[in-house]
Amino acid sequence: MSVRVSMKVNGKPVSADIEERTLLVSFIRENLRLTGTHVGCDTAQCGACTVHLNGKAIKSCSIVAMQAEGADILTIEGVAHPDGTLHPMQAAFKENHGLQCGFCTPGMVMNALDFAKSHPNPSEEEVRESLEGNLCRCTGYHNIVKSIMAGARAMAGSK
Amino acid sequence: MTPSLIGARVPRKEDYRFLTGSGQYTDDVALPGQTYAAFVRSPHAHAVVRSVKTDKAKRAPGVIAVYTGADLAAAKVGGLPCGWLITDVNGQPMKEPPYPALAQGKVRHVGERVAIVVAESAAQARDAADLVEVDYQPLPAVVSVAQAKKGPALHESAPDNTCYVWALGDKNAVDAAFAKAAHVTKLEFVNNRLVPNAIEPRAVNAVYSRADDSTTLYVASQNPHVERLLMTAFVLGLPENKVRVVAPDVGGGFGSKIYLYAEDVACTWAARQLARPVKWTADRSEAFLSDAHGRDHLTVAELALGSDGKFLAMRVRTTANMGAYLSTFASCIPTILYATLLAGQYTTPAIYCEVTAVFTNTTPVDAYRGAGRPEATYVVERLVETAAREMKLDPAELRRKNFIRQFPYQTPVALCYDTGNYEATLAAAIKIGDVAGFKERREQSLRRGKLRGLGYACYIEACGIAPSNVAGSLGARAGLFEAGEIRVHPTGTVTVFTGSHSHGQGHETTFAQVVADRLGLSIEQVEIVHGDTSKILFGMGTYGSRSIAVGGTAIVKAMDKIVAKGKKIAAHLLEASEGDIEYDRGVFRVAGTDKKKTFGEVAFAAYVPHNYPLDKLEPGLNENAFYDPTNFTFPAGSYVCEVEVDRETGNTQIASFTAVDDFGKVINPMIVEGQVHGGLTQGIGQALTEGCAYDETGQLLTGSLTDYCIPRANDVPMFKIDTRETPCTHNPLGVKGCGEAGAIGAPAAVMNAITDALGVKDVPMPATAQNVWRAMHRA
Repeated sequence: MSVRVSMKVNGKPVSADIEERTLLVSFIRENLRLTGTHVGCDTAQCGACTVHLNGKAIKSCSIVAMQAEGADILTIEGVAHPDGTLHPMQAAFKENHGLQCGFCTPGMVMNALDFAKSHPNPSEEEVRESLEGNLCRCTGYHNIVKSIMAGARAMAGSK
Repeated sequence: MTPSLIGARVPRKEDYRFLTGSGQYTDDVALPGQTYAAFVRSPHAHAVVRSVKTDKAKRAPGVIAVYTGADLAAAKVGGLPCGWLITDVNGQPMKEPPYPALAQGKVRHVGERVAIVVAESAAQARDAADLVEVDYQPLPAVVSVAQAKKGPALHESAPDNTCYVWALGDKNAVDAAFAKAAHVTKLEFVNNRLVPNAIEPRAVNAVYSRADDSTTLYVASQNPHVERLLMTAFVLGLPENKVRVVAPDVGGGFGSKIYLYAEDVACTWAARQLARPVKWTADRSEAFLSDAHGRDHLTVAELALGSDGKFLAMRVRTTANMGAYLSTFASCIPTILYATLLAGQYTTPAIYCEVTAVFTNTTPVDAYRGAGRPEATYVVERLVETAAREMKLDPAELRRKNFIRQFPYQTPVALCYDTGNYEATLAAAIKIGDVAGFKERREQSLRRGKLRGLGYACYIEACGIAPSNVAGSLGARAGLFEAGEIRVHPTGTVTVFTGSHSHGQGHETTFAQVVADRLGLSIEQVEIVHGDTSKILFGMGTYGSRSIAVGGTAIVKAMDKIVAKGKKIAAHLLEASEGDIEYDRGVFRVAGTDKKKTFGEVAFAAYVPHNYPLDKLEPGLNENAFYDPTNFTFPAGSYVCEVEVDRETGNTQIASFTAVDDFGKVINPMIVEGQVHGGLTQGIGQALTEGCAYDETGQLLTGSLTDYCIPRANDVPMFKIDTRETPCTHNPLGVKGCGEAGAIGAPAAVMNAITDALGVKDVPMPATAQNVWRAMHRA
């Protein structure tokens, strides 16, 4: 069965006719061709597919696109400034070498952006706790933790 | 003069695209007319395939084609080749049973491919795959290494499931040394089977163009040229000049993306039948069943010592699991890359190692980060630490007593170490790890109900496997060189083409530093291109921590040629003799004068050759080089791990981890630190959380990320790391490689710490709370 879904993605209204079973992540990747959101597992463990739904970080592999009807979605493509300047959280990942292969990175950044809203000056322990649902196989988390601590402080400072 | 870029913490050129979601991984490639493949996989570990009925699947919505093993056999598609021939103790070649891309008559592990379904959408392909009816006659399966020889035979050519029995070292000398030893330490353990789990699953998108009879393969690969060579020369019989392999952004490899996989072959063949692009992307469950696994050794190891603590000899017997078939480099991992490392950092004069490689009804096993060297380090460093405890010697002092201190050093297991300073890394690790304060910390832990332990590991690694002719005499079926090309553009910017592949290592930055530094350019003026056989002249790719030592050296050799030609051009422009031209970081100067030409001016003259010695010199400035190393490089280091074990639950936490490595010259310390962090975490994962469990019928019980635990942020601490430097003596950069070190040294350090905390001789890996609790209650 085909169904029409409409939502706002990165500030732009989008709609498409899709199969009912289409996951939000498939809608984002295949229909909208926004391929920065990644799929790393099939059990909602890795967090590579993390996007914001109405401002909250969610795993876009864990809901069907229909559940996001009318929602405001932010993906990694919508994070940097329109002129291309990196968001302070993205910049912190670059400065602290918080990424290697880059595959988990969009999910890490999306999760960190949500976390930083409520944690303007997080401790190492809080950051590690916040990464419970995001897996990285390259960095050993060391520099991701540093990146998020620095990024959160930069976000708080730029307000 | 600008400061040198060698040793500078240059931010990565590749980061912007990854941080903004603009990376292009294989699954992101969507082509006109795109189709999608799904594989029908065996649910049985061992079964006869009586029939495969595809009618229903072919009639399902959106289905374009269904192919089975019979279709590939009829088309004479070859089996997957093994790239290393091991000769056994009797001088016979290893058993190499056929490894068909789609099953032929029998399946030998859960997840083996039986059919490929191609449809208009990925969902339709999956739906239709469920409609393929396979009639299996299940057979008894053999799963464990220990049972392999007694189990039912997988392959006709290997009736006792033995691929080879291979040995290295002087057995008689070892036996004689053991006979007169004052002390013998003996351990028996399993080196646990691991699943690499790069976060990007394997993916392939194959395209065939009838217009020019060309095939293009986008694939998540660490070595696109090797993939092309194996695919064309051994499997599909296509001419190489009609096949292009592109490995775009690749989301981690750790060894698992070195190999030619059956899915790559089946998709490529299907694309050629259909003349439409065929894409397949593994889901994580498929990755667990079909990516090559790592490790899986059963080992009995003994160390003979004199009464003074000097190592006299080492004797090792290992049974290594190959899985159901020989993956691309499976055969050389527990032999050439394992037994040769058993000298470690020590002067042990006699070593003998016997390896039996067996087939079982499990997923094929091949190189995973470290590949043989973690297993060797585990043997050596668990033995040494255990011997120290048994002989009531300080484990650091026992190591010091036996360190190799004279270089070059010829080991009794074939390798010749060119350089090293093991005392320097150990002393630094002891200091940074504050070993002196350990007793106090142990008491503090005890007051909180925790057992604290400290363990060392002093590892040696052999990287940049080579030279080709020696490897060839040991069974390698490929060359082990690397290629590089420097293309200087008329305005003086440079594009560098390298056969190395980057899938997280940051070559686009590190290699650019090497080139920019030598040519006097900014980092932005150097572009690194990798991962496309149509652009790069050749390459063996990235594995075994070889990229900077081998690939980087090929680039340096190409730069040497650029500078040599540049000197000729500059001599002409400066009206001087070529012999008087000096070159230093972008400036050609007449010796002893202020007459000079910049690199940019020379480049421009080469492409606008108006004032140019055309009678003697070709225009243009473009050079390439192939570099075949004369020896391995030998990174080494010392690790100190402290753990805290909860006495009630057995739950174990890494309290601190100190790593001091000697990678030779370091080009970008920031990137090197990142490599160490990642390697350590994978090593800690092997020690604490990761391990495959199969049931007795060959079902993988740890088949998802909920059952197989790769470390999370909470499982690891902030690492204390540093480097010491003895430059490699046989490559111009003095580099050794850093990609695998952490995964090599960490497991032994962690397990030495846990056994110290518990006061027991051994705990099996992974040291889950359950395994630790059991060990505590046995003690």
